Amino acid sequence: MSDIAEPKQKEWGDESMGAGPREPVHPAERPLRRLVLANRAWLGTLAVFAAMMAIFIVANPRVFSNWGLYASVLTTLPVALFLTVPLVYIVTAAEIDLSFPATMGFAAWVFALVVQAGYDPFLAIAAAIVTGMTLGLLVGSLVVYANLSSLVATLGMNFMLRGLILIITQSKSIALVTLGQSWAYAIFSSQVYGVPVQILWALAFVVFCSLLYNRHRFGVQVHVVGDNPDSANEMGVDVNRVRVKAFVFMGFGAALAGVFSTMINFTWWPTSGDGYLLPVLASVFVGGTPTWGGIGTVVGGAIGALIVSFIQTGVVGAGLSGFYVQFFNGLIIILSLIGHRWNQIRYR
Amino acid sequence: MAERLIELRDISKSFGRVYALGGINLCVDKGEVVGLIGDNGAGKSTLIKILAGVLKPTSGEILVRGRPVAGWNAAKSRAAGIETVFQDRALAIQQSIVTNIFMGRELAGSFGWLRIAQEEQEARRLMREIGFTSRVFTPQSIVGQLSGGERQGVAIARAIYKQADLIILDEPTTALSLTETAKVFHFVRQAQASGRSIIFIGHNIYHVFDVADRFVVLDRGKVVLETTRAETASADQLINFMERVAHPAATPAEGSR
Repeated sequence: MSDIAEPKQKEWGDESMGAGPREPVHPAERPLRRLVLANRAWLGTLAVFAAMMAIFIVANPRVFSNWGLYASVLTTLPVALFLTVPLVYIVTAAEIDLSFPATMGFAAWVFALVVQAGYDPFLAIAAAIVTGMTLGLLVGSLVVYANLSSLVATLGMNFMLRGLILIITQSKSIALVTLGQSWAYAIFSSQVYGVPVQILWALAFVVFCSLLYNRHRFGVQVHVVGDNPDSANEMGVDVNRVRVKAFVFMGFGAALAGVFSTMINFTWWPTSGDGYLLPVLASVFVGGTPTWGGIGTVVGGAIGALIVSFIQTGVVGAGLSGFYVQFFNGLIIILSLIGHRWNQIRYR
Repeated sequence: MAERLIELRDISKSFGRVYALGGINLCVDKGEVVGLIGDNGAGKSTLIKILAGVLKPTSGEILVRGRPVAGWNAAKSRAAGIETVFQDRALAIQQSIVTNIFMGRELAGSFGWLRIAQEEQEARRLMREIGFTSRVFTPQSIVGQLSGGERQGVAIARAIYKQADLIILDEPTTALSLTETAKVFHFVRQAQASGRSIIFIGHNIYHVFDVADRFVVLDRGKVVLETTRAETASADQLINFMERVAHPAATPAEGSR
């Protein structure tokens, strides 16, 4: 079969053919180079995080050597991680979801209601997840099958779902006083040697989602659908189904975020999730996932969430007044975008 | 006669009030290379997309090995052994060569986890088989970094991965260099020798004339000529015919917009 190739020409991938002087391995195939090339997006984000932390630590070494500061970030960070990581999938599929704060609030509401009714919190978690995924299915179907712009449709859904919560609850919060004694709380929300246990769950979620993103059929199909939906369709990928699945996955993450946030506070508020919209969007893009779809990085998104969480703590901890927080938030976003622009090659 | 592979019976396609195809009959036998020729807007691409299952015909019947297939779509087309290399190459250019070759049929084990090492190995084998060899890229290279010919190689590798019975090449030699064109021709003859059928679509009639056994000329959604290589004296004769179809002295121009 190989008679097509000119006989003198070496074929790529045949480094092991031992005739004559050793052919040099293709530079991109050297293990270290390959590792860096494959992970350049999130390595860049990590560099931004390291630089930012270095500045903070130099500015105020005393505050930043205090574990309490890190423990407080690690308690709230998981909620952001459960939202940021699935949003990377949505953006990679060339869509956007602005309805996740309301989905999170809604799922957390179901969680609170089930716990309040006296059922086991595990059952409440399951109910919340089902709620989140159902809402994701609803939002996704609306965007995909009604062929609406995801930017506008999900914005509308966010208002509608939040409005529904406010109408029904009359804006009353739910306090869950018994939650602290439950098994579920011990497993998902306690502390081990001073480390908030929810960060471990969130990290496991990030690792799982990163594998799903890069080494699973679903992840690969999300990539090709975001990159070239016509081509994916011609090759037999059910493009609409993959898009809806991405929204269902977002609903799943939002439900987990809702459950964890309610467990941290022992209280569900009707505004639960509202404050996460812009920081989570910023985390995805700061993390190195571009806006145009087809590529992205889950690990980068997670580091992006870490950066965004630390800006507030860091700015105040470094001795500046709270008024500086927004300014630095914006500065970091713009600087990271410029950095990623230089780090990524854009093909389309 | 050879075994009949695919038959299209009276296929029509309209987009709203515009008729793209009006009653096409076309069949392809096993091991045959059919050259599909026609001017821009003749309906070649529409016909190909119907065969690939991307578009649904407005009316008509598609038979695979003599049996009509209901609910024709992209998945059924692939299951029938039809692989298409589209004109726009239909590659996801931000993805790796491997991802593109296995698009829509990822090699996955239990619970949908990919067999990445196996995919990479298969990709190397395929690229070597079709002779698109280079030291500049690896299976993990991003398609956006490749030249036009190399991208065509990826598209063809994708088509031959499954032992397809019918491979549709939609203008495979457009924008290719001479040596790359020769490689495509070689691939066509090799595929034919191994019993596959090919539909070769081209603007360049000399290219089509070189590889095809039979020619089908389309014009404004209709088959205007069907002839074999043996009946045709030269490529120039086909070109003359097409010019007569395209510019008959008496025909007024199409309604202007």
